[in-house]
Amino acid sequence: MSTEAVAVQEKKSEPLFSKKNRKLLSNPLDIDNPVTVQVLGVCSALAVTTQLKPALVMTLGLTIVTASSNLVISLMRNSIPSRIRIIVQLAVVSLWVILVDQLLKAYVYDISKQLSVFVGLIITNCIVMGRLEAFAMSNKPGPSLLDGLGNGLGYGLILMAIAFLRELLGSGALFGFKVFDAIGFKYQGNGLMLLPAGACIILGIIIWVQRSINGYRESH
Amino acid sequence: MRQSNSYIVIYSAVLTIVCGGLLALAAEGLKEKQQYNIDQEQKKNILSTVITLDESANVNDVYSKRVKAFVVDFEGNVKDGMEPKDINLAVEYKKAPADRLLPVYEFKSESDPNKTDYVVLPVFGYGLWNNIWGFVALKADLNTIQGVKFQHAGETPGLGARIESDQDVQDRYKGKTIFDDGKLVSVSMMKGEGLDYADEPHRVDGMSGATLTGKGVNNMLKDYFASYENYMKKNKQ
Repeated sequence: MSTEAVAVQEKKSEPLFSKKNRKLLSNPLDIDNPVTVQVLGVCSALAVTTQLKPALVMTLGLTIVTASSNLVISLMRNSIPSRIRIIVQLAVVSLWVILVDQLLKAYVYDISKQLSVFVGLIITNCIVMGRLEAFAMSNKPGPSLLDGLGNGLGYGLILMAIAFLRELLGSGALFGFKVFDAIGFKYQGNGLMLLPAGACIILGIIIWVQRSINGYRESH
Repeated sequence: MRQSNSYIVIYSAVLTIVCGGLLALAAEGLKEKQQYNIDQEQKKNILSTVITLDESANVNDVYSKRVKAFVVDFEGNVKDGMEPKDINLAVEYKKAPADRLLPVYEFKSESDPNKTDYVVLPVFGYGLWNNIWGFVALKADLNTIQGVKFQHAGETPGLGARIESDQDVQDRYKGKTIFDDGKLVSVSMMKGEGLDYADEPHRVDGMSGATLTGKGVNNMLKDYFASYENYMKKNKQ
């Protein structure tokens, strides 16, 4: 991982939305993006981005799971035996993932059907485990929650960007609405965009553009 | 102390019990709502093969008024005392066709509750990656397809998944017939997309990039039409 989480100073009086804590929320959206900078969670970024709607729900699911797992692990951090900490993290993540899945099934059944496999795959998303190991294990609950939210949203931002291009170029639609048909333009969908390879190419371009804007270089 | 074996054992045991307990609680608490959604979905799917449901339609009302559900065996005889909701299609699918229990949903005429307008039959099979299933509605002649509703567990989004997500693909089956001079031929989805099969009663246009899912659909239809063949021959009008 390119950036080490800096332990937020354990000062009791620090407000939740101090400047430093706001950075926890905003950095992952851009200069410390989990997908484009840290290159985590790429596999699911390729899998769920053929259309915008599943990408959006996946974003929400992952943000909820990352934020709440971060919070819970941070609360438990002083009691977790270090030899089994990965298993403990895994158990907490799975707990949240299954809860999210069950709630989707009970309250937004249509969307849960579309996402069935992908929600379960949040467990294997490296961002979740990565944030737990790198941040929540050594920071207080408040900042951990913000860090989880920030990273979930940073992941979602890239996901939505990829899904936008893939759905537009692959099926000529946005959120299922056929935009090219609507403006009277006959568009032949590009099959490559519907395949994972299309996502890989788009992701590569996004990483390139973002890094050249930010002047980011891999540190050796 | 945090590194001792007994601490670790106790810690993981407590963690397991707490997580397990929470999950059991959630599953139990949400079960009723989830089951309701599943039943509702099923009714909606059955109805959507024959009529267009608008958002405001009361699915339960229409279903209880118009649909008569029962179970038949391979010979086409009605099995008394059995209801379609007792039948698990995934289990029946694995049996030999002659041993299958087959649900039938008769869609009655609005004016005459004894007259059957359409017959909706469930189908079940295997696509490219996972199970596929659905409902096929036949007109009272038990030959002409009125509509189909397919679903899948894991076909490729944007490709094979179009059997469920793309209404256009499902509409291709409308008006096709499954018998040719009294011989069961089913309806086949062809390879390639964009061809015109309007004049061919047993063929429909394929899905580009999803030929194998199409084959799965073909096998599923053939398999289940064959299972229902005796019932169809007995009851066609």
